[in-house]
Amino acid sequence: MNKISKTPLPTERDLEALIEKYQADAAKLTDIDLSRRSVLNLSAATAGGLLLGFFTAGTPKAAQAATGDFKPNAYISISPNGRITILSKNPEVGQGVKTSLPMIIAEELDAAWSDVDVQQAYLSQTDFGAQFAGGSRSIPTNWMGHRQAGATARAMLVQAAAREWGVATAECTTSDSAVIHAASNRKLGYGKLAGAAARLPVPDVASVKLKDRSEFKLLGKYVTGVDNEKIVTGQPLFGIDTTLPGMLYAVYEKCPATGGRVASANLEQIKSMPGVKDAFVLDGNDNVNQLMPGVAIVAESTWAAFRAKSALQVEWDETDASKDSWTDLSAKAEELSAQPRGEKIIHTTDGIDDAFTGAAKTVKAFYSYPFISHANLEPQNCTAWRQGNKLEIWAPTQAPGNLGNFGAWPFLTNDLGFAEENVTLNMIRGGGGFGRRLANDSVCEAAAIAARVDAPIKLTWTRQDDMLHDFYRAGGFHALEGGLDADGKLVAFRNHFISVTTDGENGVSGGSMRETEFPASVLANAEISQTLMPIKTPCGPWRAPGSNVFAFAIQSFIHELAVAGGRDHLEFLMEIMGEPRWLDENNPGALHTGRAAGVIKLAAEKAGWGREMPAGRALGLAFYFSHSGHIAHVAEVSVEANNKIRVHKVTVAADVGPIVNRSGAENQIEGSVIDGLSTMMNLQLNIENGRIQETNFDQYTILRMPDAPEVEIHFIESDFPPTGLGEPALPPLAPAVANAVFAASGRRVRALPFMMNGFSA
Amino acid sequence: MISLKINGAVQEVDVDPSTPLLWVLRDTLGLVGAKFGCGIAQCGACTVHMNGEAVRSCSLPISAAADADIKTIEGLASADGTLHALQKAWVAIDVPQCGYCQAGQLMSAAALLDRNPKPTDADIDVAMAGNICRCGTYVRIRKAIHQAADEIAQGGAA
Repeated sequence: MNKISKTPLPTERDLEALIEKYQADAAKLTDIDLSRRSVLNLSAATAGGLLLGFFTAGTPKAAQAATGDFKPNAYISISPNGRITILSKNPEVGQGVKTSLPMIIAEELDAAWSDVDVQQAYLSQTDFGAQFAGGSRSIPTNWMGHRQAGATARAMLVQAAAREWGVATAECTTSDSAVIHAASNRKLGYGKLAGAAARLPVPDVASVKLKDRSEFKLLGKYVTGVDNEKIVTGQPLFGIDTTLPGMLYAVYEKCPATGGRVASANLEQIKSMPGVKDAFVLDGNDNVNQLMPGVAIVAESTWAAFRAKSALQVEWDETDASKDSWTDLSAKAEELSAQPRGEKIIHTTDGIDDAFTGAAKTVKAFYSYPFISHANLEPQNCTAWRQGNKLEIWAPTQAPGNLGNFGAWPFLTNDLGFAEENVTLNMIRGGGGFGRRLANDSVCEAAAIAARVDAPIKLTWTRQDDMLHDFYRAGGFHALEGGLDADGKLVAFRNHFISVTTDGENGVSGGSMRETEFPASVLANAEISQTLMPIKTPCGPWRAPGSNVFAFAIQSFIHELAVAGGRDHLEFLMEIMGEPRWLDENNPGALHTGRAAGVIKLAAEKAGWGREMPAGRALGLAFYFSHSGHIAHVAEVSVEANNKIRVHKVTVAADVGPIVNRSGAENQIEGSVIDGLSTMMNLQLNIENGRIQETNFDQYTILRMPDAPEVEIHFIESDFPPTGLGEPALPPLAPAVANAVFAASGRRVRALPFMMNGFSA
Repeated sequence: MISLKINGAVQEVDVDPSTPLLWVLRDTLGLVGAKFGCGIAQCGACTVHMNGEAVRSCSLPISAAADADIKTIEGLASADGTLHALQKAWVAIDVPQCGYCQAGQLMSAAALLDRNPKPTDADIDVAMAGNICRCGTYVRIRKAIHQAADEIAQGGAA
């Protein structure tokens, strides 16, 4: 029995299930929070008007009460001096929520943004609901709750002012952190009202009036990141910057082939090296999300630890270890692709075979893409400090809370034996997330090492560790077939998706496909089927899981079909969308063909679709719907004689509802374009004998400044509820560029990365 | 003991001479602005100035930095705390996403402006090609460098 292959790995299905569970909880908890607050507040008021500050962990209640702060809920604290502190509940990894989430609260509070100090919230899913960064869910999950939190506080401040003045609340307005009674020309700042507001009962959420969108003053504006000054002056901010008194520095060496165990190691030699305090073997629990076997080295400095790691010689028992080979997987997939239909039918229609038989023209193509790494620029790291039976952790993680097998908590409590209430986990800013930090393997490693050391330890992975032990974006393959009628209209579509599984049953993250995957969702006759190949290499969510590669295969092939039918790509794509309709009414996870058509038309128009271009230069179009975002890209590309591809400009049209922070939103799109381009052009991992072959940035060549295109962004700020932007703007980039390369050069690239097809960026 | 001049102050450190400057800054001196990204001078997150030149501190043994004039991101602003024109532009244009690479980006950009106060896009490409931004903030970095160059030309803090 090989335990490794039975290890639960996070798939997007798992993630979605967790998100749904916590999304529901979050909504519920917001209500509970506020109602519980009102009960406590009332009892506090009868006890003499002092506020019990149960929301701020670690602060003595008396001290807090003495400050006279107004804390209507877990998020907001208004000091008598007028400063407004707003907590940002979710981890910040570059997606901008530390700025955008508090903006939502500040809007409804009617606070001047310059009066607001934002702090990272402590971890308490009781106080805040689900706390994680994943699935582009921070904005949609918290939009309503955050507005209510702000509006509730505002209502209480208005009530406090109205009482003070002896006027009706309806006569009062608010602006820039102050309540105003225009009729008597009076005005009181929120700070001056804090004491009085703190003695009022918290109103029922349902009774609190939210602003109309036309009344927004802050939302939709260009607001800069709250941590920018710290970032540009180099202040400690990231997980890896954590420094504690007497701290030691740790490294952890695992088998380069997942699942290998330590047979022997030169521990005595390592322990005798300068600066090394200890070295020991950890057996682990065979859960790649938690602790795999390895050798820990604890030293007086990072460098001493790194040097000892270089001198470490481990003999690995690879009985259960991965023997995966990308070469073999590719060959097998190509063989499997001869079958139009995979082992498992995900979606089909009765007329599918007839539709193909009756088609005037059919087109087949085989698409593929390799494994890639997240390559967060901040390597995985975690600081942990055991004191007696207590454990404190400082982690740049996307998943700080207890998310079952997805997170560190079962390991900390079950394997290490800490009582949950004795563990404190501090969320620290992460240097890039992209899904990698949803796994807490480094947290478990740091905790397991700290459990054996009488000092705080900071575990730092080397870049090689980070590349060798990722939860990779899985490689995959698509045998695609399309049928056109005599008018060149798409009438049949087949997608045999060949992917990988680590549990023998389900596709890994990005390795499973929904029955609604485009264009099955809009065609009368379509089929999606799947064949899985077993592997042991750990896979996990990578920015827009599944979508980031399905878009390349499917939206490139749609263009192939348009060309085969002699059709204009734009017109062909609009025809496939058909009448404007929401495929599943009120389900934000369902495609809305009207919104799709809107962004496709807008991107095409802004990019000048159809205009004359010099030889070797062309536009390419692609649309993709993911994470509730409808996004279209048009890439302007030239292909030079030496097969050098230059992406001059990418025009993006996005409909994610109203924009929360324009700067943050544009930043996510600019980043998605560049991340998408970097990945499609240059990035791939080869796997042989279970080992990732590319282990640093000299072999894994992330796009650099000279190859960065201009990005032009247009939003359709529809009235649908706002949704996230960390992910959905990435998927359309690869097909847009691939389609432009075809238009410019006549060469159709069906295997990523482009570099492997003789092209260079 | 090795004598170092960091951000204008002389410091004595007792470390192995092979230790890269990056780890002396981060672990010994508590200056954590320079970041660890790759350890092989490929990503530029660890960029600092040595005698005015941008260098990758992860691959520079401390013995090679002895007595040199080292400037880190912590010393880029004036002693009175006035931000460098680049830092101001970075904040105003909202360059950072995760922010991890930005100290290195800023130090590369500062070395560029020191020797070329009015860089073209091509100059920027060459000077900044050693710094990876995994979040893809290149568009804004370029814009911020131009903006800072303009401010310096008009007499702003450099």
